[in-house]
Amino acid sequence: MLPYLNIGPVMVQLPGLALLLGVWLGMELAARQAVRLGLSGERVVNVVFWGLGVGAVAARLGYAARYPDAFLASPLSLFSLNPQTLDPWVGLVAGVVAAWAYGQRRGLPLRPTLDALAPGLATFAVFVGVAHVLSGDAYGMPTSLPWGIELWGAKRHPTQFYEVLLTTGVLAWVGEQGRKARGDGTLFLSTVGLLAAVRLFVEGFRGDSVTLSYGIRVAQVVAWVVLLAVVWLYPFWRAQASEGHPTTSAAPRGAASRRKARGAKTRRKSR
Amino acid sequence: MLTFAPRSRTHWALLAVVALVGLGWMALTRAPVEKTTAGPPPAPKQGFSAPDFTLQTLDGQQITLHALRGKVVVINFWATWCSPCKAEMPAMQQVYEAYRTQGLEILAITVERDTAAIEAFVQQYGLTFPILLDSETMAARQYQVHGTPTTFFVDRQGVIRWVVVGGPMSEGLLRSKVETLLKEAP
Repeated sequence: MLPYLNIGPVMVQLPGLALLLGVWLGMELAARQAVRLGLSGERVVNVVFWGLGVGAVAARLGYAARYPDAFLASPLSLFSLNPQTLDPWVGLVAGVVAAWAYGQRRGLPLRPTLDALAPGLATFAVFVGVAHVLSGDAYGMPTSLPWGIELWGAKRHPTQFYEVLLTTGVLAWVGEQGRKARGDGTLFLSTVGLLAAVRLFVEGFRGDSVTLSYGIRVAQVVAWVVLLAVVWLYPFWRAQASEGHPTTSAAPRGAASRRKARGAKTRRKSR
Repeated sequence: MLTFAPRSRTHWALLAVVALVGLGWMALTRAPVEKTTAGPPPAPKQGFSAPDFTLQTLDGQQITLHALRGKVVVINFWATWCSPCKAEMPAMQQVYEAYRTQGLEILAITVERDTAAIEAFVQQYGLTFPILLDSETMAARQYQVHGTPTTFFVDRQGVIRWVVVGGPMSEGLLRSKVETLLKEAP
């Protein structure tokens, strides 16, 4: 665990730095995958930027809406850099909607774009695990197993290391499959499914889970539902790709229409 | 026509296997229900009991964290030379004045030894909450403080609910966290 690094008078928060590195590396890999699938790498990276930007603003507004008195007493707090005053669920929903709207506006086909984002998602998941290793968050239950680690006053399951190990496996798999991806969305579905499976497994060893009745862990229920949805949806997307469903077209709508227009012009000239 | 039924027997079987294995794993790894009423063990981490300490204030009184059980406590580690600490002090004072009568206590802990500098700082910012002296760094070590400011929000049961490392904290952050904890039953 190494949450902070003091460089002179500056205290660098390493978990935050790991997350930023994860976003940056994830966008790099997404851009490369986009080019491989015949999409504009820049536009796919912009999808992430729009998602993150709008998500961050919405998360702050969502949090402020929950505590109107606090923010009416101090309106400038809306512009503070404190990540503790964000509503993650509002941010997630707004970010996904903004990313989708940007993609639509720029004529990015949905499923190839999702496949382009898959390596980025897997990379970010690895760095979330690294951030947990550094901060000591997402810690495990006490254990007597020989590989337990001393943390927060007990010998615990090293759940942060389980997380890093398994998500790295997912990333390696996505990297391998990415070369063969056809842009039908199944690479993205597989990535989401595998990450959900990792969460379902690792959460079982966590010592800080939010629980429902009878000790059932909320994150496991969510991961289980996501995993089932992926298993259910996968054959449909696969079949639609082989039937030539419009959302599986790898060529961006804008580029396709430009090519079509150029073709028409050439034909007119030749006549 | 689009149909949403599973496409084949294999698809059905796969769904069933994933559903059952998932349910089984969830049942097998249910979180253990606490068998004691002692509460979580002490550690400087969200969800754990706030480690106890007794420190002397700038005006010579002794304050023990345990004695404040039943109140919402904000423990802030700070230093006179730390810029974010200076920036967040007015917000802390505002929040202290607004919520003190409702059960809020702010403990501002410094590891500095120069009491004259500390007194000048307190005067300059008009601070009325207790300033605790931790020149032996006992509390700072207990709370694994690596830099200032570092702030712990402790609920009425003595459990750490949020940890904010770095700063400055906005007044909105302070008010929202304190309001949440004050609304909880004693």
